[in-house]
Amino acid sequence: MKIPAFTLPAPLARLGAHLPQLPPTLALVGGLNLALDRVLPRDTLEPLTGKRLLLKVTDAGMALRFTLTPRGFRPLFDGRAPDLTISATTRDYLALALREEDPDTLFFSRRLLMEGETDLGLLVKNTLDAVDWDSLGTQLARFRLPLPTGLHTPAGGH
Amino acid sequence: MTSPRPIELVCPAGSLPALKTAIDHGADCVYLGFKDATNARNFSGLNFDDKAMAEGVRYAHDRGRKVLLTLNTYPQTDNWQRWTGAVDRAAAFGIDAVILADPGLMAYARKAHPGLRLHLSVQGSATSYDAINFYHEHFGISRAVLPRVLSLAQVEQVIANTPVEIEVFGFGGLCVMVEGRCALSAYATGESPNCDGACSPGKHVRWEQTPKGMETRLNGILIDRFADGERAGYPTLCKGRFEVNDETYYAIEEPTSLNTLELLPELARIGVRAIKIEGRQRSPAYVSQVTQVWRAAIDRVLAGPAEPFRVEPAWMAELNKVSEGQSHTLGAYYRPWK
Repeated sequence: MKIPAFTLPAPLARLGAHLPQLPPTLALVGGLNLALDRVLPRDTLEPLTGKRLLLKVTDAGMALRFTLTPRGFRPLFDGRAPDLTISATTRDYLALALREEDPDTLFFSRRLLMEGETDLGLLVKNTLDAVDWDSLGTQLARFRLPLPTGLHTPAGGH
Repeated sequence: MTSPRPIELVCPAGSLPALKTAIDHGADCVYLGFKDATNARNFSGLNFDDKAMAEGVRYAHDRGRKVLLTLNTYPQTDNWQRWTGAVDRAAAFGIDAVILADPGLMAYARKAHPGLRLHLSVQGSATSYDAINFYHEHFGISRAVLPRVLSLAQVEQVIANTPVEIEVFGFGGLCVMVEGRCALSAYATGESPNCDGACSPGKHVRWEQTPKGMETRLNGILIDRFADGERAGYPTLCKGRFEVNDETYYAIEEPTSLNTLELLPELARIGVRAIKIEGRQRSPAYVSQVTQVWRAAIDRVLAGPAEPFRVEPAWMAELNKVSEGQSHTLGAYYRPWK
């Protein structure tokens, strides 16, 4: 699958900014917690503990604030300055998740912005890149976690 | 040990998925590093721990491909054991060759692991056949990676005068090409790529969107500001814009990518043994895209005169898409006056 180029209509961003951010944040945090220890190595991500992370989905007007605690990822409810902010559109986040785009490529073309503690951002990016979906496929099946479409490749795939 | 292919495609792997992607798309060799300052891409979360290294080597060897380990930074007296330990680990993992820059480390590897194949890193900055032959005679290096400063005619002259295999960079980000000797980032951060393994260590880099544009700072020093829509480059000092005599411009070098696709038949003719793709810091998506293009191009060259070589526009489009900066260049290779 190749994700086509798209940007959500501008009114949606204006509307999204006024909607409660908690439901999408809870969805994100819930997904991350399912992945923690199974897909995402907790010891590698340890430097994120207590750091204020902000994921901006620019064309949806979403600003998802969360942090990593010893008990897993948790949403944050206040607007205090984040330690790391990552901004991109819905389409580009999807393309990154499906490994169709390289973050540096998006950065060069100004579609991905990383502000704050760059080292944390590199840690996140490189930890996600190091997830070996091919090997994890069987383990995930055991936990009944669906693989995102496009990540589940046939044997011998890539 | 030696590949039957006349030209090997050497692809970067910053992670196990990148390694698998490179191999699945036709890399003859992958190069990678341990998770520390023993290699020149020392970034948080990047590179291979023992588990990933063991699986990566197995994956490559099961498919008849080679794994090269970059050990191309310079150890100091207080951390010498970490680097020699890395040589020992490489040998234990069954790595096909280690890519070294430090002569002391070469002497150690030769003595401790006589069967371990040695490549001279670009960080060794050897540009003449005299220098390369010196490393061959004293340490038995089998291959040298040439710095990106020589014209094609000069590369040809080196190849004609050395028994050492020659590997050249084919594609990827360019720097000011004083590999192994660049202290620019040490000036700003106190850390050099040669000893600490990164031109711009992540902890010193800050990007910020401001009303004037996106600003890049290295240890607080403003090194560039990008207007909306303007393509960005890596946050290194050599690629910054600076005010010189009341003019602000890329005073050292404009961010650009090397792309030698069109020179491939010439590189094959003069006997280049391997083409290296830059980018261990990049993601599996990049490795996939670039490896596919270069595999197709090299296969076209190897097919011989039956299938005349021409650069497909789609290849260039794919490579331009992932390139750093506004443009690509043939670098020093193309000097028609030489």
